[in-house]
Amino acid sequence: MTCQTTIEIGEPAFDPEARLSTFRKSLGNAGALVSFTGLVRQFTKSDGEKPQTVTSLTIEHYPAMTARDIQAFVDREVTAKWPLDALLIIHRVGMMEPKDPIVMVAAASAHRRAAFESADCVMDYLKSRALFWKSETRPEGTQWIVPTSRDYQDASRWDENRES
Amino acid sequence: MTQLLFFGRLRDFAQSGEREMAISSPLSITSIIAIIEQSDPLLASALTGDSVRYALNGEFVAETHEVNDKDELAFLPPVSGG
Repeated sequence: MTCQTTIEIGEPAFDPEARLSTFRKSLGNAGALVSFTGLVRQFTKSDGEKPQTVTSLTIEHYPAMTARDIQAFVDREVTAKWPLDALLIIHRVGMMEPKDPIVMVAAASAHRRAAFESADCVMDYLKSRALFWKSETRPEGTQWIVPTSRDYQDASRWDENRES
Repeated sequence: MTQLLFFGRLRDFAQSGEREMAISSPLSITSIIAIIEQSDPLLASALTGDSVRYALNGEFVAETHEVNDKDELAFLPPVSGG
């Protein structure tokens, strides 16, 4: 089955509900649709620290590579593994404020398991392996964010399961 | 000229997202970092740090890979999206 994959990376804000609705209406015979939306948190907390206010979040990417790398990952690890009808990936770059949608993944398939699992797998890739760099601005300054050990563990779940 | 691109925290070390370097004959990425080290040891150290990846003209390569004039060499530190 051919999966209709759409990858959008850009600065404009997007409306996840509107995009999901358009995506849903574009589907043919899919029986399952799963979507995930990531939002900028207003407060951030490292282990053992007090919650800190986030003023803004800035994400940069490498235009010559990022979308192409995600597409290669989708072809290699996602659509080859789950029978998807359609996959939508939207990722913002540039400066964002708390509550803004950062990322959205929607996966449509004949049955729910493929939709749930593939959306989860794509998000893990976007969090810790895709070519994005994220910095968080707080009242006391700006710092680069790196994935947590939990993010890396999450992403590696799919490596371990690749042959199963 | 060879274009050098720095992303994420590496941009802070380089104090710019890009630099140009004149290369008269093919050089490995390791050699390019050694040249940077002469004028900017802190940046060179960051460029060889754990988990920094290299991309030449949009493809991941190892540090032994040769770089030519007019190539685009990107230094990619650990990523985080979402």
